[in-house]
Amino acid sequence: MVEAAAFYILATLILGFGVLVITAKSTVHSVLFLVADFLCVAALYVSLHAPFLAVIQVMVYAGGIVVLYLFVVMLVNLKRPPEAHSDPRRLGRLGVVMAAAVLTEVVAIFAVGWAKPAAAAGTLSAQNVEQIGRALYTDYLIPFELASFLLLVAMIGAIILAKREL
Amino acid sequence: MITTTHYMVLSAALFTLGVVGVMTRRNVIIVLMSIELMLNAVNINLVAFSHELQNAVGQVFAVFIIVVAAAEAAVGLGIILSFYRNKETVNIDEMNLLRW
Repeated sequence: MVEAAAFYILATLILGFGVLVITAKSTVHSVLFLVADFLCVAALYVSLHAPFLAVIQVMVYAGGIVVLYLFVVMLVNLKRPPEAHSDPRRLGRLGVVMAAAVLTEVVAIFAVGWAKPAAAAGTLSAQNVEQIGRALYTDYLIPFELASFLLLVAMIGAIILAKREL
Repeated sequence: MITTTHYMVLSAALFTLGVVGVMTRRNVIIVLMSIELMLNAVNINLVAFSHELQNAVGQVFAVFIIVVAAAEAAVGLGIILSFYRNKETVNIDEMNLLRW
């Protein structure tokens, strides 16, 4: 019962903040709503018994990426903010397409989801960090190293792109 | 009783929000933020299935997605900065340098 209440509250918050992110007039407000959205997603991870991922979410997303966004929003001084696309026919067509996509997704989810048995309680949450670390350093060692290499390349690329002259 | 289906519907809705943000907004910073929303929706799905199957691999892939999101944000914001330095705008409609 508590789980259900937590899920519905968190889902409402996540979707509400998501709507605010893409509709807010000011870009700074949009970034702040994004922080709130990421924190709610982290709470959802906790309710899914994934505490390691929740901590990573708070540290990397809410702590790192969002600060990066805020810096860029402060650096690009928007005297004339680009307006949202106001062509009503284009928006109408987009609305129809997106509504159809969501309907298809939900129907597919329910068609597949009802056939599955309920989740069995297991030992995943008890040794969460241990299991993730073991998987990362044994089965997924090469993707792990590639991910660190990707981060290095992204770091160098971002510095080169943002630097005024080399 | 909250099943994986609930999480999938939430994930689908959040992903759709991200797509709507990418399609409707003209501010490229908000477009990038919508992409982050979509990546988060994928992560919710992965963690929900990791919970249902009691298998840590889903969370491993979620960690990889977070890595890719961080790299994408860094490079994307670098591109935005250098573009803004050249053209004094972040309107996505004016980014047509590579259009032929």
